[in-house]
Amino acid sequence: MTVIEVANVKKSFSNLEVLKEISFSLDQGEVLSIIGPSGSGKSTLLRCITNLEKIDSGTIKIGNRALVSTDENKVTTYADKLTMAQIRLSVGLVFQNFNLFPHFSVMRNITEAQMHVLKTSKEEAQEIARELLNKMGLSDKETSYPYQLSGGQQQRVSIARALALKPQVLCFDEPTSALDPELTGEILAVIKDLAKEKMTMMVVTHEMSFARDISDRVIFMDEGVIIEEGSPEQLFLHTNNKRTKRFLNRFNT
Amino acid sequence: MGKLLALMLTGTYTSLKIFFLTLIFSLPLGLIVAKGRMSKIRIVSSLVNGYIMIMRGTPLILQLIFVYFAPYYIFGSSTDRFTAVIIAYAINYAAYFAEIYRGGIQSIDKGQLEAASVLGFSKIHSFTHVVMPQVVKRIMPAMGNEVITLVKDTALAQTIGVAELFRVAQNAAARQFSTTPIFIAGLFYFIMNAIVSKSFDLIEKKLDYYH
Repeated sequence: MTVIEVANVKKSFSNLEVLKEISFSLDQGEVLSIIGPSGSGKSTLLRCITNLEKIDSGTIKIGNRALVSTDENKVTTYADKLTMAQIRLSVGLVFQNFNLFPHFSVMRNITEAQMHVLKTSKEEAQEIARELLNKMGLSDKETSYPYQLSGGQQQRVSIARALALKPQVLCFDEPTSALDPELTGEILAVIKDLAKEKMTMMVVTHEMSFARDISDRVIFMDEGVIIEEGSPEQLFLHTNNKRTKRFLNRFNT
Repeated sequence: MGKLLALMLTGTYTSLKIFFLTLIFSLPLGLIVAKGRMSKIRIVSSLVNGYIMIMRGTPLILQLIFVYFAPYYIFGSSTDRFTAVIIAYAINYAAYFAEIYRGGIQSIDKGQLEAASVLGFSKIHSFTHVVMPQVVKRIMPAMGNEVITLVKDTALAQTIGVAELFRVAQNAAARQFSTTPIFIAGLFYFIMNAIVSKSFDLIEKKLDYYH
């Protein structure tokens, strides 16, 4: 089953075209990594899928619902409010710099959306939060505030916060880029565990060895275009594409 | 001496009424003004900006006189003096508070709203539960300044004949040929502001549970 379907997506910031006719899809249970140099449009693509940016034209479908589509008359329309709200719930996003709510405890960071959006009862929301914290190895942190945690712990809380809404697909926007190298590993381990559980994920990352290890499929983007798409083996070991090669050479993989 | 103190306490009561009523009206009004100032609708933001410029760019004493006398010249009738004071102070302080709120709101990292949006929070919930609590903490020092100024600004109400603390003290000084009542008034203002400062300290401490 296809969870995300992106077709002919175009996006410009004033005069700069950041996404040029992007198309790809993501299946249930699949882990897709998007790699590419800075400014290649990979984060923007993720932000369009999570509806933090509006696209100029093209189609984005989440599950079987269209978030946005362009019809044959080239008119691009976004879904109505209700559909939009349902789509939002099915896509989670983990940010590069966590964006936890600093004035909420760890517990409330995870329960707030469940209670406000899903109308889950407080007890149930807390139970779900405790399960997730346990899974993230943060059982003793529920009453802590984000500033009391290390970067890696904060990022794990933000993953728990996203998972609490039981999204169909979880997106990661360079989840380790704001972390010290020695903290990177703990986040990558969490994502690996999620991959084992067949969580559908889309990961924008600069961690090449990680992308190679966990992905079912890798997309290499540059200057707003998908240059190459394929299995990690194909991309990292057997690519014939000059640009892909040039990019990967810098990482020594 | 007892009679003097009784008089001054009556004056203080009037000053405190002006103080609290001004806060009650200007604090929420300031938020509306701030929202207007940040509006994407050009005409709204420029109108509100003009209002803020006038309020901050002219003396409060002049605004007070205007609010009290303008209705008389335009409509031939005027509001009572006390009401005029509250209106003038509320719209003046709302302009200052609005700019403080705006600074606070714009200082909140936009990632906070993005996180709220991705989690499905409504716009209102994001504003009331994510943005505002953080804004309140950040603007406390600036608000403290403004509120302390308000305590002292209540003395201007005498311009249109409202018998607040300073007016009462001046009258007593004139009767007694002595400056003592004025210094006592000074002490009263000082005590009121000591309480205001202490309250703000307490609130800041209370909000210190996170960074």
